[in-house]
Amino acid sequence: MKTYLHIDWTSCDGRGLCTELLPGVLDRDDWGYPVARGKAGWERTDVPVRDADREAAQEAVFLCPKLALSLFERPGPEQEKRTPGR
Amino acid sequence: MDEAMWAFGRVSGFVSLALFTGSVLLGILNRSGRPLMVLPRFSISILHRNIALLATVFLGLHVGSLLLDSFAKLNPVDIVVPFLGSFQPFWQGLGTVALDLVLAVVVTGLLRHRIGQRSFKAVHWLSYGVWPVAMAHALGNGTDVSSGWFLLLAAVSAVAVAAALLWRLSPSFLETSHARQGNLP
Repeated sequence: MKTYLHIDWTSCDGRGLCTELLPGVLDRDDWGYPVARGKAGWERTDVPVRDADREAAQEAVFLCPKLALSLFERPGPEQEKRTPGR
Repeated sequence: MDEAMWAFGRVSGFVSLALFTGSVLLGILNRSGRPLMVLPRFSISILHRNIALLATVFLGLHVGSLLLDSFAKLNPVDIVVPFLGSFQPFWQGLGTVALDLVLAVVVTGLLRHRIGQRSFKAVHWLSYGVWPVAMAHALGNGTDVSSGWFLLLAAVSAVAVAAALLWRLSPSFLETSHARQGNLP
């Protein structure tokens, strides 16, 4: 199982707390929104979290002022099958 | 013992008001999304919460000690229902209103993840109402209003909160407002 940090873009307001707590994982764009470092596509919304960053990610979920973050687990990306349109 | 409770009741009210002022200021700073000197954004968020909780503890001590003393003539029902007090019922009632609102804000704040952002935020807006009500209660009901140190606290707090409110309403309030208004660096 791999841990992912889900960013709900309809709630996110780019306040920057998550980018402070996860500086190695998330960068900030010019408008303040989090951008997953070195990721493209869906991994910018469901950001893979390494074990070392897990605690910081939990803090970010807890402290996000817009409740826009959540953690979830799912089998690694190699087994993952995306349904079209998702 | 009575004298001690009376003295403690006054001081704890004073401390609670000062802490609530700090909490309002930190809350507004928090909303702007800006870090403050060495404090990162998440620290400001945690500090805002902890100072508000500490203010609530002192509010509990303020009410609890005045329940036990005989000068304030406080009844347990005055904690919940405003404007029934025997001494200056209007000004004391404002304190009751503030207490009840604070409890609502604290409970919804602690249950933010359970009740969701909308309900949390709807109740959290009440904080802007709590502060002036608490200040009016302190000025109207307080027996130390004529003393210099109390007036100094009230004046400094009022100026600070008013300034923070004006900043809150200004177009450049958000850290990202410059970029979001279309001016990229």
